[in-house]
Amino acid sequence: MNDMRLVERAVDDKELKIAADGVDVFYGDTHAIKAVDVNILDKTVTAFIGPSGCGKSTFLRCLNRMNDTIDVCRVTGNILLDGEDIYHPKVDPVQLRAKVGMVFQKPNPFPKSIYDNVSYGPRIHGLARNKSELDEIVEKSLRRAALWDEVKDRLTAPGTGLSGGQQQRLCIARAVATSPEVLLMDEPCSALDPIATAQVEELIDELRERFSVVIVTHSMQQAARVSQKTAFFHLGELVEFGDTSQIFTNPKDPRTESYITGRIG
Amino acid sequence: MTDASTPVPPKSSLYATSDRVKRRNRSETRFRAYGFAAITVGVLALILLVISIVSNGASAFRQTYITIPVELTEARLDPAGNRDPAEMARVTTFGYAPLLAQALQQHLQGQGISMEGVTPRDLMAMISQEAPAQVRALVLANPEIVGQTVTMEMLAGGRIDGYFKGRVTLESAERDSNVSPAQLLLAERMAEAGLIETRFNWAFITGPDASDQRPEAAGLGIAILGSFYMMIVVLVLALPIGVAASIYLEEFAPQNRFTDAIEVNISNLAAVPSIVFGILGLAIFINFAGLPQSAPIVGGLVLTLMTLPTIIIATRASLRAVPPSIRDAALGLGASKMQSVFHHVLPLAAPGILTGTIIGLAQALGETAPLLLIGMVAFVREFPDAPPEGFFDPTSALPVQVYNWTQRSDPAFVERASGATIVLLVFLLFMNAMAVILRRRFERRW
Repeated sequence: MNDMRLVERAVDDKELKIAADGVDVFYGDTHAIKAVDVNILDKTVTAFIGPSGCGKSTFLRCLNRMNDTIDVCRVTGNILLDGEDIYHPKVDPVQLRAKVGMVFQKPNPFPKSIYDNVSYGPRIHGLARNKSELDEIVEKSLRRAALWDEVKDRLTAPGTGLSGGQQQRLCIARAVATSPEVLLMDEPCSALDPIATAQVEELIDELRERFSVVIVTHSMQQAARVSQKTAFFHLGELVEFGDTSQIFTNPKDPRTESYITGRIG
Repeated sequence: MTDASTPVPPKSSLYATSDRVKRRNRSETRFRAYGFAAITVGVLALILLVISIVSNGASAFRQTYITIPVELTEARLDPAGNRDPAEMARVTTFGYAPLLAQALQQHLQGQGISMEGVTPRDLMAMISQEAPAQVRALVLANPEIVGQTVTMEMLAGGRIDGYFKGRVTLESAERDSNVSPAQLLLAERMAEAGLIETRFNWAFITGPDASDQRPEAAGLGIAILGSFYMMIVVLVLALPIGVAASIYLEEFAPQNRFTDAIEVNISNLAAVPSIVFGILGLAIFINFAGLPQSAPIVGGLVLTLMTLPTIIIATRASLRAVPPSIRDAALGLGASKMQSVFHHVLPLAAPGILTGTIIGLAQALGETAPLLLIGMVAFVREFPDAPPEGFFDPTSALPVQVYNWTQRSDPAFVERASGATIVLLVFLLFMNAMAVILRRRFERRW
């Protein structure tokens, strides 16, 4: 069925941000990702969908080299960010992660104040020269995450005391504060209720104006709502990649069709 | 249910307990009873232990003193008459003893207290052998008081002290070659006249040890200082080494055979009998490195070796208990491995690390066997200097002092040993309380 895989190369006015070419990932002896090619555009939301264990999160974690923290994980192939190979030996993953931010499945604020949570990234990267600049970054990031109005009076309160949806938006603010170019989101709404989910989705749509956003989701409705591009993964393979509207209305691969109509997965 | 081969289960009522459920409930009740019995036995044992230690040892904190005016005759104490401490030091405690005997005798006569059945020699035996030494130290420190009559407070002998604490009775004195009933009756009369008094004994906590013949003067001061010095050495060495080793092993080291072997060895070291560490300390620190015997530095080093595995195991456990999502969050923001550990993981693990360290220290504080081997069981009368020089001076240690006193023949040392145990337990309780408080204080939720 491999010959049926078609990578959508729609002519788009957006620039290419991340180009993955023939990426394979191995966990020990397990071949988790098989020869995946994906082009992620700037200022676009790209959704990765697929059944559990299909490798979409694993692939997402390749994009900012979070997989480096797992000893047995091995990545081959090329991933280019603005034309530079992120797995090049000269690349320090710490610098890469400042450019490619990440929001995790479970809200994971640091057990510190809201202010410290947001200011941590700018602080370690030296983005602010003084306290007032830092204050500015914190306010701007919290506004971008649509959290400012709710927490502006209690910036010194612990971030862990917020509700689940607020915590996740705090994590988004924290990731946005380092001014990344790409924002990776690993099922950011799976631990949230529908109202918080709607808020985060709205936020993702706004973030698209500045960043390239890659989101992994289990919810096909969510992918359809927030993304412009969708990639469907199945058993470690990229089955189909294309415009979201095309994937959901006119899938080319029968497996994609089965998945979005609920027959597999 | 149309298939005839399937047995139809009989309809059961919810009000009737089935045999199976009854059996299950019975076994649960039995199990609870076992648990309750185990706790009861444990609590009873603890209560018994505390009662026996306190009832034996509480009296060590009180001491009997004889207060009389003593004339410090110049002819005896300063024959040259020039008040030069160097020359006065030639008069030994044997020169002072007759003065005290004389003073006591005169004072009793003056007060009209009968010395019936008590020879002057017996009278002197009622005062501690430590008393002449106390007076001599006072005179050498203040030479100008020679020639005056000074009211002196002197330790009563061990048997007299025991009489006022109920350890020695008139009946037991009949059989005792060290004390006669007449002496006890005289002591009773002296107490009525206000010459003998039993009160709180600071010297037990601050004073140095004393020899076999003068249990009434024995104190814990040097042992407490020695234990304190050793704890400083252990804390300063074991905490940084242990925490650094755990962070490296837990966060940075690759998972391979070598680190696995280290891990297994650390767990095994925690179970090595402490006396083995004592032999190691004797061989390496004293025989090879040439450090002094009986010194807190050597004791501290040996106890550090012993405490390290405890601290490393506790630290690694608390590092592992920090949720990986915190590490991911930091790394995902572009923090380096070290930043993620020191900014986020370590603060969250701190309560566990502190608790582990304090428990390790408490364990080290109570350790006796390795200290015996490196000579800390020696009889030490000289207080050590202040640190850091003091780390190299000979001292004793609390548990060794307990061990030491239990071996001495005089029955008065029984209360001393129990009293020392109480002091040791108070220190341990204090350290454990610290662990709890620190834990509460630093604990953060996520």
